[in-house]
Amino acid sequence: MNKIGKPNLEIFSETLLSEAKKNKDIIVVTSDSRGSGKLVPFGKELPDQIIEVGIAEQNLVGVSAGLAAGGKIVFGVSPASFLTARSLEQIKNDVAYSNCNVTLIGISAGISYGQLGSTHHSIHDFATLRAINNMTIVAPADNFEASEVIKQAVSYNQPLYIRYGKKPMMDIHPAGTKFKIGKSILVKKGEDLTIIATGETLQRAYLAYEILKENNIHCSIISMHTIKPFDKETFLEFSKNSKAILTIEEHSMFGGLGECCANLIAQNKIDTKLKILGIPDEYMINGSQSDVLDYYNMSPQKIVEISKDLLNK
Amino acid sequence: MNEKNLKKKSLEYRKTILEIIFQSGAGHTGGSLSCIDILNVLYNSVMNISPKNFSGLDRDHFIQSKGHSVEALYTVLCDCGFYSKKDLSTLNQFNSHFIGHPTIKVPGIEHNTGALGHGLSVAVGLALSKKIDKKTNKVFTLLGDGELSEGSVWEACTTASKYKLDNLIVIIDRNDLQITGKTEEVNPIEPIDKKFESFGFETILTNGNNISDLLNVFKKIPMKGGKPTVIIAKTTKGSGVSFIENQINWHHKVPSEDEYGRAISELNEKLNSYE
Repeated sequence: MNKIGKPNLEIFSETLLSEAKKNKDIIVVTSDSRGSGKLVPFGKELPDQIIEVGIAEQNLVGVSAGLAAGGKIVFGVSPASFLTARSLEQIKNDVAYSNCNVTLIGISAGISYGQLGSTHHSIHDFATLRAINNMTIVAPADNFEASEVIKQAVSYNQPLYIRYGKKPMMDIHPAGTKFKIGKSILVKKGEDLTIIATGETLQRAYLAYEILKENNIHCSIISMHTIKPFDKETFLEFSKNSKAILTIEEHSMFGGLGECCANLIAQNKIDTKLKILGIPDEYMINGSQSDVLDYYNMSPQKIVEISKDLLNK
Repeated sequence: MNEKNLKKKSLEYRKTILEIIFQSGAGHTGGSLSCIDILNVLYNSVMNISPKNFSGLDRDHFIQSKGHSVEALYTVLCDCGFYSKKDLSTLNQFNSHFIGHPTIKVPGIEHNTGALGHGLSVAVGLALSKKIDKKTNKVFTLLGDGELSEGSVWEACTTASKYKLDNLIVIIDRNDLQITGKTEEVNPIEPIDKKFESFGFETILTNGNNISDLLNVFKKIPMKGGKPTVIIAKTTKGSGVSFIENQINWHHKVPSEDEYGRAISELNEKLNSYE
């Protein structure tokens, strides 16, 4: 059994603090989100490298863009829900189209806020940001990915959005794994089925893999941490050589990982089966993150059932 | 540049604005004419921005938040040598970077604007970067008066005041009109000065179509150490051409051939008076 690590959000703040100590051009901008972004230690240790704009997400993104235009390496940190909906126009015009070196950190992303309800959930962020040119979108899965993406963000030098959840995450990747924004990671290799997961749903895919293996079903598991630019090359290779593809995401079924895969399958005339798991187009049921994901067929047991069904087993 | 030459430039700039709008068949005539004197004074007498220093950061910055008055900005940047008149003549043509709102694809433009209420936050971020770097460069931003209804403007004001950005100069093009009608009828925004004062700004009123008034005002900035400045520049929409002034329908009306000819004649007459 793999070890359960820390919440990815904690890893984000620890990594950012360590990078910012080495580079005084790194500036963090928060919208009363210091606590929820786990940035209290950052504020204490590097008070000159944190700007607080209060509860004003549009201003947070605009100010971040201006700081970047002034030569700073900027991390704008705010709950994913508000950041990618209320400030969408600022992300589009001031960050992406004006090509400002801003990394936007969407905290407590997806349905991390659980019972706080739909105002606080961000199951739209992949869809909205994918349609904006010059945006990179990353959803790290485990502590390793959560840390590596921040290290790379410092020198990425172009608009970037990273979403983080707040539950402790299982360590998936062994030591020596390579992480690169835009390049997926092959977690397990098997010939029957390919399961592609993004962000924190990778843990669920991994647990399903263990059960499938006991049932003598061998699947590949891919961590598609970068939603855009999409690792088309790896996807096409696996989709051409798999009996079926199963995608899993903590996001609306509209406009996210699954639709991206469906598009590639159709455009490239690939003959394979595809099943998309995500949040359907309905007023989402209330519950904890875990219960909601289970309800929408993303429990490891349900992933196993759906996999068997796809393979007619 | 001396006052007389600046005044002549303002007339020449007005002719260019009308020419490029007439020839390209689109543009924001009224607003470009109302803010042209402000841009003239900024680029030719106040700001340290030139094609030579533009790629670096040790210079002043200008964000035109009222992006729709782009014909005024294009005209001034062309005159300052950022690109040729030939480049500018591609305005609104297929595949030209010279389009109806500013983008960074055009030399001399710092930031994409056009969606209102964005520029002040960006200017605040730039001004903060100068403070962090302990640089004395200034950041200027031009807002429309109708734009002040955007809530994000006031979000940005709170940050400008909190961080004591006395290197930030906000200019309001107060021409009293917006696309639907008079600003005070569409959505009243007065008292503008009191609003900014209460948000922690030092405010000053001036005539935004009077070169000598503008020169005097810009000499005084920052008005007060530790406070951002707002200059409420009273202007006339369509300023400089009698039949365009204060006419709501000239917000983005394109002159007919006859109107274009009459406008140029009026401006030439004024120019001749300087000879």
